[in-house]
Amino acid sequence: MIEVEVNGDEREFADGITLAELLDQLGTTQRGVAVAVDGQVVARGAWPEVVIADGAKVQILTAVQGG
Amino acid sequence: MADQVNMADPLVIAGHKLQSRLIIGTGGASNLAVLERALVESGTELTTVAMRRADTEGGSGVLELLRRLGIRLLPNTAGCRSAAEAVLTAQLAREALETDWIKLEVHADDRTLLPEPFETLEAAETLVADGFTVLAYTNDDPVLALRLAEAGCAAVMPLGAPIGTGLGIRNPHNIELITSRASVPIVLDAGIGTASDAALAMELGCDAVLLSTAVTRAQDPERMATAMRHAVAGGRLARLAGRIPQRFWAQASSPPR
Repeated sequence: MIEVEVNGDEREFADGITLAELLDQLGTTQRGVAVAVDGQVVARGAWPEVVIADGAKVQILTAVQGG
Repeated sequence: MADQVNMADPLVIAGHKLQSRLIIGTGGASNLAVLERALVESGTELTTVAMRRADTEGGSGVLELLRRLGIRLLPNTAGCRSAAEAVLTAQLAREALETDWIKLEVHADDRTLLPEPFETLEAAETLVADGFTVLAYTNDDPVLALRLAEAGCAAVMPLGAPIGTGLGIRNPHNIELITSRASVPIVLDAGIGTASDAALAMELGCDAVLLSTAVTRAQDPERMATAMRHAVAGGRLARLAGRIPQRFWAQASSPPR
């Protein structure tokens, strides 16, 4: 297992998991979401190719009501 | 009539024409139905959204609403404290929402929510170089406004007063200094409390007004949205018409004999 920080919370995932699989497990693959891994934006098309390393920081953002 | 005037006098930001000079922020509305009625009544064609963690409640509803109403999205970087944070948030917004327009805001602290000038300018330079259309929220500082325009911002957005205060335009002279030397559209952003504030912004030469809670937290948001639409149109017309100079002594409007 690997430890990954998702939006500030520590979570465990299987070794070798891709970003696409991680998002699928979290249920956050909908339209209008964008993802950064260790401070770098990962385009939606690259999600299946990016393998998440132990200790990675994943940020998942979406639009909400705001000023 | 006001609508006919607006048709001939569009706001142009980065080559994109907007018939409405009122930009609305979606924060503060009690629910989406209230927001929808206010947006429609305001006539706005450009509306801000914030970027937040995807597990936050109420994520997608506002996007669907804005797409349904055909309103252009203006994501912001609200909540960011540094240039690096704002740049990453802008890049995520571009990826999530498929727009390179960004309302850049970097706040110095929670109590004032005033713009952090150095981080804002640094982020603006980085984002312009990265191909963004940057609308920069800034203090009512005429020098910083010039620097942001020189950095390539598509619009510069000075505050009238701190966010959410409804204190109106605290330094009208500074706003007029900014508009008098502007090379890009100037949008009065933050501090608007009521319709006269929005009209004053336009009379001072601003090209548009951005407001949220003045409408969304009014007792009757829909009616206040109407008031703001008229205020912005009225202030714009007054600016174009050219006001009479202010005088110390009375001057009779009819001949003495």
